[in-house]
Amino acid sequence: MRTDTDPTDADSANTDSANTASTDATPVGPAHAASAAADAETSGFWWTAGPGRWVCLAVILAAAVLFPFVFNNPATTSVAIFTLLYVGAASAWNTFSGYAGYMALGNAAFYGSGAYVMANLATHLGMRGGVAVFALVPLAGLGTGLIAIPVGWLALRTRRHTFVVVTIAVFFIFQLLAYNLRSVTDGSAGMPMPLPPWLAVEYNDYFYAAALIVAVIAVAVAWTVRRSSFGLKLLAIRDDEDRALGLGVRTGRVKLSAFVITGTLTGMCGAVYAYYLGSVYPPFAFDALFDVTVALMAFLGGLGTISGPVIGALILEPVQQYLNTQLTDAGFALIVFGALFLVVVGFLPEGIVPASGRLLRALRIRAARSGVTE
Amino acid sequence: MGTQIAQAVVEGVLTGGVYALMAAGLTLIFGVMQIINIAQGIMVVLGAYLSYSLQADLGIDPFLGLFLTVPAMFLAGVAIEWGFIRRLRPQNRTALSILVTFAVAIVIEGVLTQVYSSDLRTIDAWYVDRSWLLFGFHLPYIYVFGFALAALLIAALHLFLYRSRPGFSIRAAMQNRAGAELIGIDIDRVSALTFGIGAAVTAVGGTVFGATTSFNPNSGYDLISRLLVIVVLGGLGSVGGALVAAVAALVVEDVTAVVWSPVWASTVFFAVLIVVLLLRPQGLFGQREAARAH
Amino acid sequence: MTDLLEVWNLRKSFGGVQALSDCSFTVAEGSIAGLIGPNGSGKTTAFNVITGYERADDGRVLLRGRNVTGARPERVCAFGIGRTFQITRVFGRLTLLENLRVGGAGVSRERRRELYADARCLELLDSVGLAGYARTTAAALSYGQRKLLELVLVLAQEPRIILLDEPAGGINPALVERLGGYIRELNRNGVTFLVVEHNMEFVMGLCDVISVMERGSVIAQGSPETVRTDRRVLDAYLGGSLDDEDDEDEDEDELADNRAGEGGDRR
Repeated sequence: MRTDTDPTDADSANTDSANTASTDATPVGPAHAASAAADAETSGFWWTAGPGRWVCLAVILAAAVLFPFVFNNPATTSVAIFTLLYVGAASAWNTFSGYAGYMALGNAAFYGSGAYVMANLATHLGMRGGVAVFALVPLAGLGTGLIAIPVGWLALRTRRHTFVVVTIAVFFIFQLLAYNLRSVTDGSAGMPMPLPPWLAVEYNDYFYAAALIVAVIAVAVAWTVRRSSFGLKLLAIRDDEDRALGLGVRTGRVKLSAFVITGTLTGMCGAVYAYYLGSVYPPFAFDALFDVTVALMAFLGGLGTISGPVIGALILEPVQQYLNTQLTDAGFALIVFGALFLVVVGFLPEGIVPASGRLLRALRIRAARSGVTE
Repeated sequence: MGTQIAQAVVEGVLTGGVYALMAAGLTLIFGVMQIINIAQGIMVVLGAYLSYSLQADLGIDPFLGLFLTVPAMFLAGVAIEWGFIRRLRPQNRTALSILVTFAVAIVIEGVLTQVYSSDLRTIDAWYVDRSWLLFGFHLPYIYVFGFALAALLIAALHLFLYRSRPGFSIRAAMQNRAGAELIGIDIDRVSALTFGIGAAVTAVGGTVFGATTSFNPNSGYDLISRLLVIVVLGGLGSVGGALVAAVAALVVEDVTAVVWSPVWASTVFFAVLIVVLLLRPQGLFGQREAARAH
Repeated sequence: MTDLLEVWNLRKSFGGVQALSDCSFTVAEGSIAGLIGPNGSGKTTAFNVITGYERADDGRVLLRGRNVTGARPERVCAFGIGRTFQITRVFGRLTLLENLRVGGAGVSRERRRELYADARCLELLDSVGLAGYARTTAAALSYGQRKLLELVLVLAQEPRIILLDEPAGGINPALVERLGGYIRELNRNGVTFLVVEHNMEFVMGLCDVISVMERGSVIAQGSPETVRTDRRVLDAYLGGSLDDEDDEDEDEDELADNRAGEGGDRR
């Protein structure tokens, strides 16, 4: 009887006749590659382990904070803001889809929800533009998280393949609701956000800061989840959900929790986006391209890793923004995008982080070996 | 109101038939290849544009033009399968297929925008705006033709699947890919064939779609979202399910437009999916989670 | 000896196929029970029903008298029923230690600290010779090693009974023997086992009581000797054409030879 669910991936059983386990030799060959890739995956920070990584992190954060002061061209900071929002959104996407292995391709529903919740909050609280509005971002995230609960509950009742399509369908429903639920969204007229009183020269800086904070939060959450037992359960679900069930993992609860976390974080990104854009319209808040872009970023960087989505976003978003502005010819832009996607998917199905982790590992091995043969 | 509802039901059935054909292609592709062809929507649009060009530039009747567009789309499907799908690794195959086919869809959309611009078009023919008056129902020619053709092709597809050798291979591959390979079925060829069929049916859908709706390259999104809903509703991999789901969903949508409002009709279309999934997560005819542990 | 596991009148059909029809058997506490039968007799379906991966159409499953029928797999685990799969399933991309720690979900918080302490985890891995792989991913292991790993994953939770689905499948004879010894040792320490197996030698040598299934129901239950000579069992396995006296004698001779050949592994 055919099932179209098979939680286990291509980690196929290799029947092996020689199973005297040598407990001391460093395994080499395919086994070695697999374990090294996994080490890269489980450690997350592939360039160094140990105290060095905290230094690296500090340097990166410092660079990120200083960035708008060094490059204060508004066009550049604008790209940076979008990039940071995607860093957050891609990390959020990865926290569920990457760790649990369920491809959710409708996260734009949460991005847009966050935007609309933000707009509604700002309007109903009668807020005027300014820094205070940023305080609404976590609330918008919370609101989106609440929305994510029933959505997740429904979507997770289905199997992996159906799940993907259901998330896509949910996205389109949300888009339709944005157009039709006039009472809440004002339909295609859109909803305005309060206009901040900041000068043009510093305008972007505020949003950059907000976007950076949201991105850092998203990555921090991804990191925390990864190293917790909760994260371990997600990974177990990814590798073999039935085996996890048999060991007592409450997969339904775990998956839903991760899904809601993703929704909340994505909603926060959408909230900042709404404020930055100044108004919320259905086609921009609920953009089908977003769904695929965040997934692609995570894939490019390395699915299931922590730095993967970050790297993926840092690479792809500036490219996307560049193409958006440079290629005014809409048709040609689409062709280039599509081709770019195909190239990315075609050549790096594993992702940059695991691939470079393996490369680094191989280099280290070679260095060690050449040292030994002296 | 009663006659309006009845009219809506009739239209729903007629349009449902055409959607059923396109959805059948999509679900067949999933069943055999375990991939979700997101490009199905834009391929319908491509089919529409091909029909349009044949009609506008060469004066060929859209339905007659199918003799050209169907093989053309079939070949396009085979080319896409060979060029992009075949190279997908087994890991994350379904998810990757979504990304790949989405990318292909974007490229096609871009090409169409370049060639035809974003202006809305429709296919013209003598029968486009005329209808039969039968027992008080208005039966638009184009829908009746489309439905008849779709019904014919679905029957042909059924015969093909159940009475021909390649059809047998397809069904075998659907049920057990590894097993099919073991008995000598060339999975690559079956995949190419299946994808080609999935593409070929979009040519037919495209002609009817193009004649009844004004379209531009952006119309692909709406189409694929509907097709996806239909195949999930019917149960991924079930051709019969796609048929029932297509007709049911379209009827519900058309009736809602009459009874409630056209604005909410499309939302209800998706809502039907939600309701069904609440009761049957596997869709109407999808396979229940069979013994997972073996 | 009390019955730890009781299965009563299980019924389960898939579409037109009746996988289980009035299937009943019991497993005494502290024993190693076997469940055998020709292909398609419903053994794995029975396992799936007991462990919650399938819902029976009818029937009951009792654990020490307590009704656990229809419980979902997570709950079944909490009740103390562990299970391995026919095709060994472990978490390929996780390290062995991580594999183990997943099982922490299935025990209470208090016991988790004691059962999943680092020291105990390494000890468990060491008992099957996998301690050296503690920090490598499970995908790097051979099939036989994965089998042992899966067993350890289940063991770590200290379940009352472990259901083994074809533990001897796909591994070499040396490992089969090692596995048998391991199971016996665990049993001596109080773990009850229910083993589905095709490897007759293994089952006959290992189990105290064997239940034989055919076409969805249990047709015989008893000691290995009893089961081996039971007419219905012979019919089930050999196709039933035993009208001829000569054939009967031939078959009995064959079985006698097998019996003679098995010397060593008996209790």
